[in-house]
Amino acid sequence: MNRFSASRKQIRALRLDRIATACFYGLGALVLLLIFWLLFTILGKGLPGITLSFLTKLPEEIDPGGGIGPMLFNSFYVLILSLIISIPIGVGAGIYMAEYAPKNRFTEVLRICVESLSSVPSIVFGLLGLAIFAELLGIGLTILGGAVSLAFLNLPMLARVTEEAVRAVPDDLRNASYALGATKFEVIRSVVLPVAMDGIVTGICLVAGRAFGESAVIILTAGLSTSGEMWDFNLFSPGETLAVHLWYVNSEAIVEDARQIADKSAAVLVFVVLLINLLFRVPLWFNNRKLKR
Amino acid sequence: MSMPVHQAGNLEGADSAPMPNRRRTRRFNKAFFLNKLFKNYFLFSILTLCAVLALVIFFIGRTAILVFGDVSPAEFFFSLDWTPEEGRFGAALFILNTLSLTLLTLIMAVPISVGLAILMAEIAPKWMKKAIRPVLDLLVGIPSIVYGYLGLTVLLPFLRELSGEGLGDGLLAAAIVLTIMILPTISRISDDAIGAVPKKYREAAYALGSTRLQVIFRVVLPAAGRGIVAAVILGMTRAIGETMAVVMVIGNTPQLAKTLFTPSSVLTSNIVMQISNVEFDSAWNYALHMMAFLLLLISFALILVIRYLGRKGGAES
Repeated sequence: MNRFSASRKQIRALRLDRIATACFYGLGALVLLLIFWLLFTILGKGLPGITLSFLTKLPEEIDPGGGIGPMLFNSFYVLILSLIISIPIGVGAGIYMAEYAPKNRFTEVLRICVESLSSVPSIVFGLLGLAIFAELLGIGLTILGGAVSLAFLNLPMLARVTEEAVRAVPDDLRNASYALGATKFEVIRSVVLPVAMDGIVTGICLVAGRAFGESAVIILTAGLSTSGEMWDFNLFSPGETLAVHLWYVNSEAIVEDARQIADKSAAVLVFVVLLINLLFRVPLWFNNRKLKR
Repeated sequence: MSMPVHQAGNLEGADSAPMPNRRRTRRFNKAFFLNKLFKNYFLFSILTLCAVLALVIFFIGRTAILVFGDVSPAEFFFSLDWTPEEGRFGAALFILNTLSLTLLTLIMAVPISVGLAILMAEIAPKWMKKAIRPVLDLLVGIPSIVYGYLGLTVLLPFLRELSGEGLGDGLLAAAIVLTIMILPTISRISDDAIGAVPKKYREAAYALGSTRLQVIFRVVLPAAGRGIVAAVILGMTRAIGETMAVVMVIGNTPQLAKTLFTPSSVLTSNIVMQISNVEFDSAWNYALHMMAFLLLLISFALILVIRYLGRKGGAES
C-alpha cells in the first residue's frame, strides 16, 4: 500500500529531474552559442584587416593608417614584469594558506586580508600606483609603476587559485609521503605541487589573461601615451598598453580610421590572450604525461 | 627522488658502514634547513599580501579623509548633487547607482552561472565537460575593455532598437555586459567547488533513492556551498570594481539611475573619467579618493556579510 503513494512521489521526482536536466542543457547550449558569437564578432571584424605593418608601425595622430607597435610591445613588457613580481609571492602565499596556516585567529585574519585584497577594485590599485609613483616618488606615469600596480592586482587572485589547487590534493598522497620520512617542504615540493600544478597553471593563465587586458590600472599608472619608439625597454618611460589604446582610440583619437583601429586592436587583444592561455598550458601537458608514466 | 639515495646507500655500505649514516645526517640537515627556510618564505609571502592591503588602505584613506575639510560628511553621503566645478560634492547618487548595478548584475548572473556549473560538474558527460571548460576560459580571456567596446558597438544599438529610448546606455546595458563578464568567474569556481564534494556523499544519496536533481539540490549544493559563495564573491567584486567595460556603456552622466535606460554614472566610472583632470591637492581629488575608499569599504563589508552567511549555512548542513 505504501508502495503506491511512494511511487507517485517518485514519478513526480523523476519527471522533475528530467525537465531540470533539459533546462540545464538548454542553458549550457545558450551560453556556448553566446560565447562563440562574441568571439566570432570580435575576431571576424578585426583579424582579416591585420597586417604585419599594423602590428609593428608607430601610431598616427592625424593621418589614417597608423599601427599599434609600441602599445603591443608595452603590453607584453608590463605583463611579464608584473608576473615576475607577483608569481613568487602569490603562489607562496597560497601555499602558506593551504598547507601551513594553523586553525586560529591569526589565520582567520590572514584569510580576511586575502579576500579583502581580492575584492579591491582595479581602479583603486590604479589610484594606489598613482599615489606611490606619481605623487610620493615623483617619477610620473611609467612602465614600472604600471607593472608594480598590476602585480598588486594579481597577488590575491594568484594566492586564491594556488590555495584552492593545493587544497584539492588528496591527503592520502601527503600522508604516504610523510610516512616515507619526507619533511613538510619535501612533501610540498615533490608531491603536492606536481599534483596541484594543473590548477595552479590554469590559475596563472587566468591571471595573465586578465593582466594583459587590464586597462583601468594602466591608464592611471602608465598613462595614455608611449615614448614614441619601438622596443623601448626603459622602465621609466610612459607605457600605454594595447588595452589602453583601445580606450584612447574610442574616446579621444581624431584619426579618421579610429573605428578600424579599434576593431583590429580588439581582435589582436583577444587573439593574444588566447595565445597566452595556450602557451601557458604547454608545460602542463608535459607534466601530465610525466605523472601518468 | 628516493631511488638515487637507495642506490648510493648500497654502494657505500659495501666498504664502510658509518659512511651512509653521516651522509644521511647532512642530507637531513639540509632538508630541515630548506623546510624552515621555505616555511618562513611562505609566511613572508602571505604577510606581503597583507602589507599591500595596508598600503591600499593607508594611501587611499590618507587622501580621502581630507575631503571632509572642504565638504561636510552629510553633504558627501546624502546629497545627490555632483557639480564639482561649483564645489558641490554629493556622492550619494554614485553609491546608489553602484549598488543597484551590482544587484541587477547578480540577479542575472548567479542563476545562469551556477546553473552552468551544475551542468558541467554533475549532469554533462565527461567529454562535454572537457569541451565546456576551455570555452569558458575563452570568455575569461576577453579583456574588460573589449567587452566595453562590444557593448558600445553591438549591445547599445541593439538596446536602442529594442527599447526605442534615447541612446540605449544606462544600467541595463552595463548590467548585461557585467553579467557576461562575471559568468565564467562564478561558474568556473563553483564547478571546482562542486567537483570537490566527496563522491561518497552522492553515492549515499543515490542509495537512498534520490533522483539526480534531489542529489544536486539537497546534497551537492549544500556541501559545495562555501566554494560557491567564494565564487559569487569573486564575481561580485569584479562587478563592483569593473571600470572600463562599465564606463563605455553607462552614459557617464552624474545623475541617479531612475530607469534602466537613464544615462548615469557609478563610482568606478566617475573616478576614471575625472581623476586625470584634477590637481593633486584639490577638494575634487579628495572627493574622488573618498569615492575609491567607499568602494573599498563596500567590498570589504560585502565580503564580511557573505562570510557570515557562508559560516551560518555551513553550520546548518
